[in-house]
Amino acid sequence: MDSLDLGPVWLSIQLATVTVLVLLVIGTPLAWWLANTRSRIKPVLEALIALPLVLPPTVLGFYLLILLGPAGPVGRFWVHLTDSTLTFSFSGLIIASVIYSFPFAIQPLQNAFENIGPDPLEAAATLGAKPIDAFVTVASPMALRGYVTAMILSFAHTLGEFGVILMVGGNIPGSTRVVSIAIYEHVETLSYEQAHILSAGLLIFSFVVLLSVYIFNRRLPLNRF
Amino acid sequence: MPLLNTHIQLQLDNFMLESDDALELKGITAVFGPSGAGKTTFLRILAGLEKNASGSLSYADEVWQNTQKNIFLPPHKRRIGFVFQDGRLFTHLTVEKNLYYSYKRAKKSLHKRNHIDFSKIVESLELRTLLSRFPDSLSGGEKQRVAIGRALLQNPQLLLMDEPLSALDRARKVEIIPYIEHTTKHFQIPILYVTHNIEEVARLANEIILISSGRIKATGTTENILERVDLRHLTDQLDEGAILQVTVDSTSEGITNLLIGKETLKVPAINLKPKTKVQLLIRAKEVAIATQPPHHLSIRNILNANILNIDISDKVFAELTLNVSGQSLRSRVTLNAVKELGLKKDQHVYALIKSVIFEGRILS
Repeated sequence: MDSLDLGPVWLSIQLATVTVLVLLVIGTPLAWWLANTRSRIKPVLEALIALPLVLPPTVLGFYLLILLGPAGPVGRFWVHLTDSTLTFSFSGLIIASVIYSFPFAIQPLQNAFENIGPDPLEAAATLGAKPIDAFVTVASPMALRGYVTAMILSFAHTLGEFGVILMVGGNIPGSTRVVSIAIYEHVETLSYEQAHILSAGLLIFSFVVLLSVYIFNRRLPLNRF
Repeated sequence: MPLLNTHIQLQLDNFMLESDDALELKGITAVFGPSGAGKTTFLRILAGLEKNASGSLSYADEVWQNTQKNIFLPPHKRRIGFVFQDGRLFTHLTVEKNLYYSYKRAKKSLHKRNHIDFSKIVESLELRTLLSRFPDSLSGGEKQRVAIGRALLQNPQLLLMDEPLSALDRARKVEIIPYIEHTTKHFQIPILYVTHNIEEVARLANEIILISSGRIKATGTTENILERVDLRHLTDQLDEGAILQVTVDSTSEGITNLLIGKETLKVPAINLKPKTKVQLLIRAKEVAIATQPPHHLSIRNILNANILNIDISDKVFAELTLNVSGQSLRSRVTLNAVKELGLKKDQHVYALIKSVIFEGRILS
């Protein structure tokens, strides 16, 4: 038997970590806006964000391939900028993963912000806190449970991603061959032992992650973080 | 005396809130009126929490709002303290951190010597033993004490209190009121105090702003406003009283007899079988007192009573608690009446009942 190549595991972890960070940076202001707006385009945006929940990954992957490919609008600009293509690269995977895991980050955050409501922030304002200050010192800590859920769900969801990655990233060792792709490859080449190890690893990891979310949410009283 | 100048309006769901008044603020001023009159909204406009309000607003020498000149000072820049009805303590912070949150962001004083002293506030509201606790573990009264302390630590020029006692039961109210009284005396900050409870008004306020249907109807000293007959329909609302358990007796000629122990109360006929037990609300202001059996009176309900207690903590009225056949009845009379009639604890008197309320209906 070939010695087990752990490269895909590290690549998956890297991809998931970067995806979570990008999602937090983009997701926080967007979720905050959605939680507080009365704009008419809110439902349109909410539907768009939820799309990856219902679309087959192949549909998403197909459009992303067209968009990010060297002939696509985003891909062409990227080639112009960096002299390399977005498709079949790690950068392309990050963009795809962010879009694919978007609802898993936005929805828990939006729910958390909606639950807090305007009252604590009004109180903070009367206590001399500027809006940004109030957000950082009051809304964020009160939304901690939403943040933890968003981070863990989008991390785990990115780890489990397969179809979109296969279409956008292919199967390039060290660049786009993540765990799920590697397992597929092992099964195709009948290396069941390696497939078993990686699959079991992913299974146990996912279970432990979800278990820790539920334990964390149970330990902390609803409003005190 | 700082002057609050308001020329402000705000369209609400069911009416327009408008204020076009210059109010001199000193001590505690009650913003008083029926529920839904716009009292809370008025306070929120002053705090800058209603962004849709238009017009101009200034306090002392600061302009808070001027829609024409496009000025709107956000709440965090107005030198106010705000005590919300439900306290709104930050549940993720301890009491001490809640207090520090305000203290760290306190408005700078024009005169350094006025700067608020953290430990002085903690002492005067007796918060020392609560400091390490989380808001969820505090009683309603303790929460409001912390909320008052937190608002004072802003070093406000004006303290806005929105029904700070309405969520508390009577015993807790009695416990907090002295804190409000001596704190305001001690820190010399004008207070606008929203309430629809006449007892709180009479107890705490020197001045009243009377609001009804979104307008300021009258302003003046507590004594003047409460005595004005033309405002009775507003000031009498939501008055407190006592609930009595009575037993229905016979009904004849349009009159039902209700039994309170050995005493009988006659009310216009109510359609209930004899021996049914019912509850009556008798408002304190509907109970007058006589020291001798009264004659030649239109009032038909005269009960034998003993004075259990005379509460004279109020500026205008005395609140008597009476014992009528083992049940409590309350009566509000003026302090003058107590003095002139020489009312004392344990004294036997006659309680004259002008009207009772049964299932929301007034029976007189």
